[in-house]
Amino acid sequence: MSNTTITPQSAPNRRNTELMMLGFAVLVPVLAYANVGLAGDGRLPAGLVSYGLGLGFMAGIAHLVVRKFTPYADPLLLPLATFLNGMGLVLIYRLDLDLTRKAAPTQLMYTAMGVALFVGVVVFLRDHRLLQRYTYIAMLVALVLLVSPIPFPGDTYGAKIWIRLGPFSIQPGEFTKIVLTVFFAGYLMVKRDALALASRKVMGLYLPRGRDIFPIVVVWLLSLMILVFERDLGTSLLFFGMFVVMLYIATERVSWLIFGLVMAIGGAALVGSVEPHVKGRVDAWLDPMAIYGTNPPRGGSEQLAQALMGYGDGGLLGKGLNQGFPNEIGFAARSDFILTTVGEELGLAGMMAIFMVYALLIERGLRTALAARDPFGKLLAAGLSVVMALQVFVVAGGVTGLIPLTGMTMPFLAQGGSSVITNWILVAILIVVSHTARRPAPPAVAGEVSATQNSRGGRRARRTGFEDQALDAADADELAEPTPVQGSPLGDLSGGHVPDRPRVDADAATEFTPIASAGTPAEPSSPPDALTVPGGVPGVPPRPGTPPGPAGPPPGGGAGGASGPGGPAGPRGHSQ
Amino acid sequence: MNKPLRKVSIFCLVLVAALMLRANWIQVVKADEYADHPENKRAMYESYSHPRGDFLVDDKPITGSEKTDSKKFEYQRTYLNGPMYAPVTGFKSQFYGSNLLENVEEDILSGDDSRLFVRRVIDVVTGKERRGGNVDLTLNAKAQEAAFKGLNGKTGAAAAIDPTTGQILAMVSTPSYDPAQLAVNDKKAQDATWKALNEDPTKPMDNRVIRYTYAPGSTFKLVTAAAAIASGKYNWDTVTNFPSPMPYPNSLLGLKDQAGPAACQGSTLKVALEKSCNTVFAGIAMELGDAAIKAQAEKFGFNDFGKYDFTKGGSDTKNNLDIPTRVNASNFPANDEGGATMRAAIGQQSVTSTPLQMAMVAAAIANNGTLMEPYLVDSLRSQSLETIEQTSAKKLSQAVEPNVAGQLQDMMVGVVEEGSCQSAKIPGVKVGGKTGTAQRGFANDKRPYAWFVSFAELDGKKVAVAVVVEDTEADVERNDISGCKTAAPTAVAIMKAVLGK
Repeated sequence: MSNTTITPQSAPNRRNTELMMLGFAVLVPVLAYANVGLAGDGRLPAGLVSYGLGLGFMAGIAHLVVRKFTPYADPLLLPLATFLNGMGLVLIYRLDLDLTRKAAPTQLMYTAMGVALFVGVVVFLRDHRLLQRYTYIAMLVALVLLVSPIPFPGDTYGAKIWIRLGPFSIQPGEFTKIVLTVFFAGYLMVKRDALALASRKVMGLYLPRGRDIFPIVVVWLLSLMILVFERDLGTSLLFFGMFVVMLYIATERVSWLIFGLVMAIGGAALVGSVEPHVKGRVDAWLDPMAIYGTNPPRGGSEQLAQALMGYGDGGLLGKGLNQGFPNEIGFAARSDFILTTVGEELGLAGMMAIFMVYALLIERGLRTALAARDPFGKLLAAGLSVVMALQVFVVAGGVTGLIPLTGMTMPFLAQGGSSVITNWILVAILIVVSHTARRPAPPAVAGEVSATQNSRGGRRARRTGFEDQALDAADADELAEPTPVQGSPLGDLSGGHVPDRPRVDADAATEFTPIASAGTPAEPSSPPDALTVPGGVPGVPPRPGTPPGPAGPPPGGGAGGASGPGGPAGPRGHSQ
Repeated sequence: MNKPLRKVSIFCLVLVAALMLRANWIQVVKADEYADHPENKRAMYESYSHPRGDFLVDDKPITGSEKTDSKKFEYQRTYLNGPMYAPVTGFKSQFYGSNLLENVEEDILSGDDSRLFVRRVIDVVTGKERRGGNVDLTLNAKAQEAAFKGLNGKTGAAAAIDPTTGQILAMVSTPSYDPAQLAVNDKKAQDATWKALNEDPTKPMDNRVIRYTYAPGSTFKLVTAAAAIASGKYNWDTVTNFPSPMPYPNSLLGLKDQAGPAACQGSTLKVALEKSCNTVFAGIAMELGDAAIKAQAEKFGFNDFGKYDFTKGGSDTKNNLDIPTRVNASNFPANDEGGATMRAAIGQQSVTSTPLQMAMVAAAIANNGTLMEPYLVDSLRSQSLETIEQTSAKKLSQAVEPNVAGQLQDMMVGVVEEGSCQSAKIPGVKVGGKTGTAQRGFANDKRPYAWFVSFAELDGKKVAVAVVVEDTEADVERNDISGCKTAAPTAVAIMKAVLGK
């Protein structure tokens, strides 16, 4: 009950683990860099020391900033990103050796910019919930970014994904990933109850109402428009997939997944059979070697065929760095097709390692989402992780011939300034969310906080020094007791007499000690309101400076038996 | 929200797992198929990453490998006396493939041959650079040079064979080209060379010795003479009785003798060969029949020893002669019609022969009737020149009985001693020969081919030569184009070079 029991006393923050992992994440690429030189002319590359120091310096700065500002962040995110980025630089350097236009120095510069922005995000974005304020601004920005490449000429294969400004070219699609995720997270957090509850059951599926489905149809049309006007199959797939998955997470409705899948397949099939560029990609996927046949497809490319030959040559263990011929693929070897260099020179072993690192990065991100204590944080972290997963799948699947090829870059690995900068920001946001999620409970400032915590097994476990707080927070979900707001006046109304109360988001309930607005006098009274209002913003603190008060009625006008402001913390109206 | 989150986590793992499965599929299951795809140039780059083995002539390399700055084509092929040896070595191009021995002996030269494996492993262990094996040729450098010089400025071909073993001592085709030009790393330069060589009307890249078939003209009378003596009806001194000129069956036209009716009518077989009497050999062919001449020709190697039937149009390439480069089949088709048989007997009509085939005829005669299989590769050598495979002399056929061969030898010596080509004499050496001037075109409107087929023997050392000059240039008058004037000097030079005279 006293502050001392809650004060994080010896909760390990895992920063030393991170530092050690970072050591590996820097060492492995440095050794690979040395390998490239030794395999080439038998000497260590001239830039080895500066490269090693540079990568080490960037990793070190990032680590120190994390240690200072987000000490409880997930210890794996930064090393994984550093490793991938370091390997990417090595691969680009290796591919540079065969080419006259060097890309590695530029990529190193963009990496530095990315790390700088990473530092900026970690330092200045003290709480990810700040982003929630910009939900609709994010939507506007995303729309502008999405349509911005249309006036510019397309690339060699007709995809319009670039904004060209003099010597610079920017891929707005990359930045859109984050902005759109912020919008979706903010939007769905508000709408999720309406989407989840106000539905009719048709043939075993819960179908939402027209007005709720409207924004989803808009996003679907938008992604189709990207596909048609920008000929960018990948981005289209990415955004729509991300939205559907986030929708599913927010509403817990499988029907959304099925609905989204049907729409995606329908849209892709329609566009794929009509739009010649996309159709060409599909044909090339179905028979990559047709380009060498007697009747090669017009405007076809031998990229995928060459990539497959590279994988074949690489085999199990690969040719060794700098001992294959990955540049046979042509101009995209350093960007979209960088994975082929891994396959050819590091073999299946290298491919599996790289996939493993991506899997870890994605799953650490999703773990962060599980651990996050507020719905917005959950949706944000999940969205960013899913977008990464989808991107890895779409790109790697494309260049290995698993799915039709789309013009996108492997996160961190491939050449591309927009991409590497975006991904560093993405990791920074995940780190901020994970810090918030994993941080031990701060000293109680209000009585009911300790009261709340006192009643929760999960919290107790945490205080007993259970190492991974995130796990507890996640598990607390299932352990959630029906009276998360004990001690609050409204909580009493519901507490105890709703034994079959289906579900209260523990993640929301556990987050009643907001950082941003801690100490706001009116704070204690707001959480219950937030909690009891379906479709409100449970768990999100009032914005600093905004007078706290009951959250407004759900945009959908409320659903089921849930009441409006000040209503009891009744059942959420649906049973699962 | 955690329940769907967990499901999404699993979904993301499934996505990565699908990628991993796919990687296993393409890098293990389908790896060989992709790696061996004909459009996959990586194996070729690999073959350029270490020095290629060399061709040896008289134990001295005539090729080399030079290190360059290029990464894909690290080592560049070089050729010593490229044009001279081009009909033997062929070329090895980065962009246009390879041909002839460069192609046939690829495994040895690149070092991929399994017999080089042990050496390759030793080289890896001892840290030595990987090298290819070497190919030791049967060529005689002096003979090759003599042939190349003799044909300099002409369009033609020369082949010299050691009759006792079948070793090919010289093989020259002119005009030639330098294969080094097709080995440069500069693709544009190579493209230009390739285009120029292919558009050149003299076809310098064609190997005239084994890939061109010419009408053998009068040199084919050796085959007809062999058939005559082998039939038992004729000896070298049998007096013949055929009309000169000889009328074609059912025709007002007749076959004339260049030497005149007086010289040929009633001559012995030997004199008929010395004077190259058309009527005598045409008459013999009519008497023996087309099939007999064909059978004799096939014993010498025509129609690929009878395995190749031109009249049926098909080709049984499995049985072609390989030395080890493929030799095009020489052609003696069966002709039922009388006039055709008469012309075929004197090497006209549809009889065609590679220069090598005619050298084989001379070689069989010089080797007392035994035809040895001609070959170019004496031995395959390892990287350190140890012999890993030695080609042994192999008898191809008994073309004629030794006594028949002896008579034919004498008749050929007669040609040089007192016949149509006395300029081919080499003092102190037994030389036999046969000239030929093959007429071409309708009513002889094309310039003829000049042939000289010969053998020489000194102290048991023998050499058989065939030279053909297809002069299309206008610097020689038509009437001056004869086997003896145009082709024999080169043959003589080759024989002298081989016998050390």
